[in-house]
Amino acid sequence: MRSIIIFGATSAIAEATARLFAQNGDRICLVARNTEKLTRLGKDLTARGAKEIISTSMDMNEVNQHAELIEKVSQQWGKIDIALIAHGTLPDQKACETSVELTLAELNTNAISTVALLTRLANQMESQGSGTLAVISSVAGDRGRQSNYVYGAAKGMVTRFLQGLRNRLAAKGIQVLDIKPGFVDTPMTESFTKGALWAQPEDIANCIVKGIEGKKSTIYTPWFWQWIMLIIKSIPEPIFKRLKL
Amino acid sequence: MMIHSWGRYPICESKILNPDNDISVTDFAQNTTSDWIPRGLGRSYGDSALSGQVLTSKNLDYIIEFDPMTGILTSDAGVTLASLLKVFVPKGWFLPVTPGTQFVSLGGAVASDVHGKNHHGEGSFCDHVLSLKIATPTGMVTCSPTENEPLFRATCGGMGLTGFITQVTLKLNQIKSAYIQEVTHKANNLQEVMSLFEEHKDATYSVAWIDCMATGNELGRSLLMLGEHAQSGGLDAGQPGHLSLPFELPISPLNSFSTRLFNQLYYHRIRSSVQNKTVHYQPFFYPLDGIQNWNRMYGKKGFVQYQCVIPYAAGYQGMKALMDEISASKEASFLAVLKAMGPSNDNYLSFPMEGFTLALDFKYKPNVLALLDRLDDIVLDLGGRLYLTKDARMSEKMFKRGYPKWEEFMEVRESYGANKHIHSLQSKRLGLSS
Ligand SMILES: Cc1cc2nc3c(=O)[nH]c(=O)nc-3n(C[C@H](O)[C@H](O)[C@H](O)COP(=O)(O)OP(=O)(O)OC[C@H]3O[C@@H](n4cnc5c(N)ncnc54)[C@H](O)[C@@H]3O)c2cc1C
Ligand SMILES: NC(=O)c1ccc[n+]([C@@H]2O[C@H](COP(=O)([O-])OP(=O)(O)OC[C@H]3O[C@@H](n4cnc5c(N)ncnc54)[C@H](OP(=O)(O)O)[C@@H]3O)[C@@H](O)[C@H]2O)c1
Repeated sequence: MRSIIIFGATSAIAEATARLFAQNGDRICLVARNTEKLTRLGKDLTARGAKEIISTSMDMNEVNQHAELIEKVSQQWGKIDIALIAHGTLPDQKACETSVELTLAELNTNAISTVALLTRLANQMESQGSGTLAVISSVAGDRGRQSNYVYGAAKGMVTRFLQGLRNRLAAKGIQVLDIKPGFVDTPMTESFTKGALWAQPEDIANCIVKGIEGKKSTIYTPWFWQWIMLIIKSIPEPIFKRLKL
Repeated sequence: MMIHSWGRYPICESKILNPDNDISVTDFAQNTTSDWIPRGLGRSYGDSALSGQVLTSKNLDYIIEFDPMTGILTSDAGVTLASLLKVFVPKGWFLPVTPGTQFVSLGGAVASDVHGKNHHGEGSFCDHVLSLKIATPTGMVTCSPTENEPLFRATCGGMGLTGFITQVTLKLNQIKSAYIQEVTHKANNLQEVMSLFEEHKDATYSVAWIDCMATGNELGRSLLMLGEHAQSGGLDAGQPGHLSLPFELPISPLNSFSTRLFNQLYYHRIRSSVQNKTVHYQPFFYPLDGIQNWNRMYGKKGFVQYQCVIPYAAGYQGMKALMDEISASKEASFLAVLKAMGPSNDNYLSFPMEGFTLALDFKYKPNVLALLDRLDDIVLDLGGRLYLTKDARMSEKMFKRGYPKWEEFMEVRESYGANKHIHSLQSKRLGLSS
């Protein structure tokens, strides 16, 4: 039985992952904003086999509330084996271009709140001498594109931050996993037309669990995104800047 | 966007809505002013889950409660049978009834009152349902065989036409193993397979694969597969395979030649007249689930399923008349399945009745539609009917004669205001929507 904390627990990808944890008989602390959904998810995970569920409602941008929660959970369970950070929003890029407030708010939700959490969690795991930090960033963080560079910049920051943390914590035996999904069919992407490249949250969840168990550093999910992004990253900037991406 | 169900025929322009809580479902059912129908995973073959607006159960997939003392499970209607098996097989529980694919929603299983290989012993899915919550145009209603019974009878097998099922309570069965002891009998012709069914009516599971291309004294040659839950072997949930057909084939490889070849090989894969083996439940119940999107094999125009049931009284002669017509037509059915069914239940539109059911797949084309019309006449004459969840083309007359309780069904539809806007392409074709 592992002790797991999930931030943004009601995200479709987080829910699918939590179900795999529950089936494994783990105990899980769920953190999310929507209390009605939290209650439903808690019952679902209990029926699926979770040993224990703690539910906490929190807006992840309230960074001054993070410390108390992490402290409480690690005291109650002795330690935190896995922390999964999944909350996020998909900014309206066009609207961000004309609003500094909106741009900063999106950066807060998608990067700053995660950096704040990671700072505290890293210290907790360092003092435990073990643990896994698993964070959902995105393939969008690999290169800035005109269609969603606010989101891309935020996710890119998370990726870079994780890279540094990994370098710091590797010697302590702490896993820092950067999860980079491609297109996933979730409420976040409700309005998109779905094609052959789209994955289901359950597919991503399976990859996350495998990535944790395989002690990976970075995973592209589904796997083929690694190759797509390799191509996208290798296009020289003078050409790239003229592409409509 | 354009949507279709498993047969990829017909296709319908539809607005898709994915509510994520009961309140928004009820709000919608009470306030929408244009046509809509509930939709699960679109594993019905024809036009039952097609309408101008479809309300899906995709985001309503939470298990609510499970009592390990009694096996009673309450869950949102969008949970799939596959996910239930994954959770509950390792705990020693199994679905009381399962169709030939696990990729259906609980709501869809109720709305079609689906049957499995154990219909002769266990009845159909809804015979194990203890209660339902339904968002009707008059509000949320709870119903069961004892509470609001008419709504229960109309909703079980009612093809979504009474409202949106949000919650299902049912009882699971206990198992000791995830494995099935399978016995396969080879039958040289129709007569033989029908008497084998009779001889093995005590088997928990039974179904026959039938070679529709065989003629003469081999007409109806088949493999009858029987199954019992094993007592040992472990409780692993297993995995459906991961092959997938990513796009529809421009030219379908299925023609009468390949179908004949496949059927020959399939029949002769069993050498002795009886074969015993232990298999995991996945390949036993869901042989096709290993190949995702296998329906794309039929090419651009899609395909139609034809599933009929004829009463035992029609006997061998009745089934022979159907088989003769099919094999004479030379239209190839790649997959054909025969099964003996137990008694019918009290639900107004449930398909099963005591007798033999035959299910066939045909590539969509005009000749096939003509053949199916001829089969309809035979089925009607014999006092049988067609399965609504497989249907994309039967006439109103065929439906109303096969389902004599359709008027009681309509009364329930009216009393919950469901006849105003809950319409599928099918309900319009069958005269259930005025
Ligand atoms: C390979 C394969 C094998 C099959 N084998 C069998 C078999 O052995 N036995 C058998 O009985 N069937 C079988 N079927 C048919 C299948 O079980 C039914 O069509 C089932 O209803 C599909 O469920 P769904 O969730 O995909 O529903 P959909 O196809 O989306 O909908 C089917 C009907 O249910 C209604 N519905 C769906 N969800 C709800 C809801 N929440 N509330 C109210 N109404 C709802 C829809 O309006 C529609 O009328 C098979 C299908 C396939 C593809
Ligand atoms: N879907 C994709 O294609 C895709 C691709 C790459 C990466 N990702 C990433 O995957 C993660 C999960 O997203 P998803 O696809 O599963 O979408 P989702 O179901 O929409 O989940 C996003 C979740 O984030 C929560 N959230 C947003 N802002 C929050 C805040 N300030 N405080 C607390 N919770 C907040 C939302 O909570 P509410 O329900 O309360 O709003 C929601 O549960 C995200 O980080 C996303 O960026 C997604």
